[in-house]
Amino acid sequence: MSVELTGAEITIRCLQEEGVQCIFGYPGGAVLFIYDELFKQDKVRHILVRHEQAAIHAADGYARSSNKVGVALVTSGPGVTNAVTGIATAYMDSIPMVVISGQVPTSAIGLDAFQEVDTVGITRPCVKHNFLVKDVTELALTIKKAFYIASTGRPGPVLVDIPKDVSQQKTKFVYPDKVSMRSYNPVIKGHARQIKKAAELILSAKRPMVYAGGGVILSDAAAQLTELTQMLNFPCTNTLMGLGGYPATDRQSLGMLGMHGTYEANMAMQYCDVLIAVGARFDDRVIGNPKHFFNENRKIIHIDIDPSSISKRVKVDVPIVGDVLDVLKDLIKLLKAEKEKPDQTALKEWWKQIELWRERDCLKFDRSSKIIKPQMVIEKLFNVTKGDAFITSDVGQHQMWAAQFYKFDKPRRWINSGGLGTMGFGMPAAMGVQLANPKGKVACITGEASIQMCIQELSTCKQYKLPLKIINLNNRYMGMVRQWQEFFHGNRYAESYMNALPDFVKLAESYGHVGMKIEKPEDVEDALKEAFKLKDQLVFMDFITDQTENVFPMVPGGKGLSEMILV
Amino acid sequence: MENEAGALSRVAGLFSARGYNIESLSVAPTEDPTLSRMTLVTVGSDEVVEQVTKQLNKLIEVVKIIDLNDGNHIERELMLVKVRAVGPDREEIKRLAEIFRGSIIDVTDKSFTIELTGTSSKLDAFLEAIERSAVLETVRTGASGIGRGEWILKV
Repeated sequence: MSVELTGAEITIRCLQEEGVQCIFGYPGGAVLFIYDELFKQDKVRHILVRHEQAAIHAADGYARSSNKVGVALVTSGPGVTNAVTGIATAYMDSIPMVVISGQVPTSAIGLDAFQEVDTVGITRPCVKHNFLVKDVTELALTIKKAFYIASTGRPGPVLVDIPKDVSQQKTKFVYPDKVSMRSYNPVIKGHARQIKKAAELILSAKRPMVYAGGGVILSDAAAQLTELTQMLNFPCTNTLMGLGGYPATDRQSLGMLGMHGTYEANMAMQYCDVLIAVGARFDDRVIGNPKHFFNENRKIIHIDIDPSSISKRVKVDVPIVGDVLDVLKDLIKLLKAEKEKPDQTALKEWWKQIELWRERDCLKFDRSSKIIKPQMVIEKLFNVTKGDAFITSDVGQHQMWAAQFYKFDKPRRWINSGGLGTMGFGMPAAMGVQLANPKGKVACITGEASIQMCIQELSTCKQYKLPLKIINLNNRYMGMVRQWQEFFHGNRYAESYMNALPDFVKLAESYGHVGMKIEKPEDVEDALKEAFKLKDQLVFMDFITDQTENVFPMVPGGKGLSEMILV
Repeated sequence: MENEAGALSRVAGLFSARGYNIESLSVAPTEDPTLSRMTLVTVGSDEVVEQVTKQLNKLIEVVKIIDLNDGNHIERELMLVKVRAVGPDREEIKRLAEIFRGSIIDVTDKSFTIELTGTSSKLDAFLEAIERSAVLETVRTGASGIGRGEWILKV
């Protein structure tokens, strides 16, 4: 007779079976049995955050930087509602994640019990899938399905809601090796005929362009994207989510595109004749107004694992549904076997045009300023870390400068909330990154507004000795809001100032961290060097930056990609 | 789709979240009790209908989806309508029900309840034909559809 386990034991055993080493969470009434089981074992490490939103962001950062499934554990009611922002963040950026939430006992569901919310209902629109487990005999299979769904196809967060009585009930534990679902079978392999069509179109290109998004990072296809781009000598641009998918320091990289993309990337997008979109989704921040983007002389190849991303905002000519990695491998093989090459004279002309656009030097800023320019801080950070750090960011101007000025040569090094744009993401995400990469240099680029949205996590960092480097670009404004108000709302800075700021140095010190305040441009580099020398300590660097600096180029909302505001 | 709790709300939620229209929706378990079959009527351009289809397909519980407009199909809706029927109107309504191949399934001295099956536009036509003030109550199931001939939706 085999031993029966409780639902709580089964939950932890499932995590162990999945090879989960680290989870992030916060205990509460409905998950006490599960926490009790966590306590009795040492295979799964639990990181106690200070707010459930941070648990999800940390699991998210862990997943993004390691390509493992991030796992979080929260209690019912407010535990779940606090987690929703984090879950929606992960959903928008397609991050593989399993969230386990406690629920009131099944007998109390629907009776407005203490700490009861309709978790499955509240999270439904921002998860890839969710489950309410009403019977302990279904628990193990449900958790197996959750990991399977979260990590395959277009990844995403999956939530498993476990009522308290289910975590108490006993049953035999069998963890299935495999799971198959008749209603869920993502397409991995691209259609051979479509790939052939794509190859033909690529060979006919005179003004080609590669446009690569987060899908390249998610499917671990940076090497293949780089190989394809370099064997063809095509220009390549990356989206905010795709940075690191192609080495940014390479000559063929045109940098980021979109609302704050480079002049050369946006112009090349607009005027290319064959566009190869790889794991990207033509969203509003990337191509601006789709009517303006439309160009009948441009043919588009679109590789994506999610059929609903194809022809959603922009109609494409050669859709290829499949995993980016698989499709790129097939495409490279096909092109290598081909004797023909794209028209080299035309390609040379195209590069000449691109170099002219590049000469516009759209990312220039005043390097002789007596006030610290935020761009300069990022440049110095890039130099001091030799481009080898993991960089997380919050949301706003600092995020865009980080994306523009830190040249990511490797995937999974740039961790930011691209889709949802969640302020408060940066520091908790950095905690997850640091735990997934204990030896890595991890910096969080943030601003004085964003950082205060999850500032309580300085305490978590202290508890687990996470030596993050926090780069606070402090301009005493919600910079991006202020920029929009300056451009589009007649300089009326409604509620976008940051008054009554704490002394960040003292704040950091009160948590036992190191605080630095940097006010002069000539001190920036030395301060950064000093901070990174403190290998075991969190250093909070408060850079007092130029209040008036704006992010350029800028494509105003509703405008076309080539209608940029330039410096 | 899987005959599971919550599946219907995922479909309904998708339509409201993405701003699509639901004209009607009818759903019930099939001969295989683990599966439900849903017929959903929506309006939109070809592009919108394509997106609706793709988004529905992404729902984990949706097993298979077809656009019945891709081929010949039959569609039927059931309506129960209670009408005021007194005096000479009784004969007139009875005749009208016969013309529309409806049947009177409940009778009182003041009213008839008529059962009527057909395409949604036929049901609309019946309501048009009856004097508006005579209609006391209507209940409709929404359309159910099936492909013609050999065209079969099977998992």
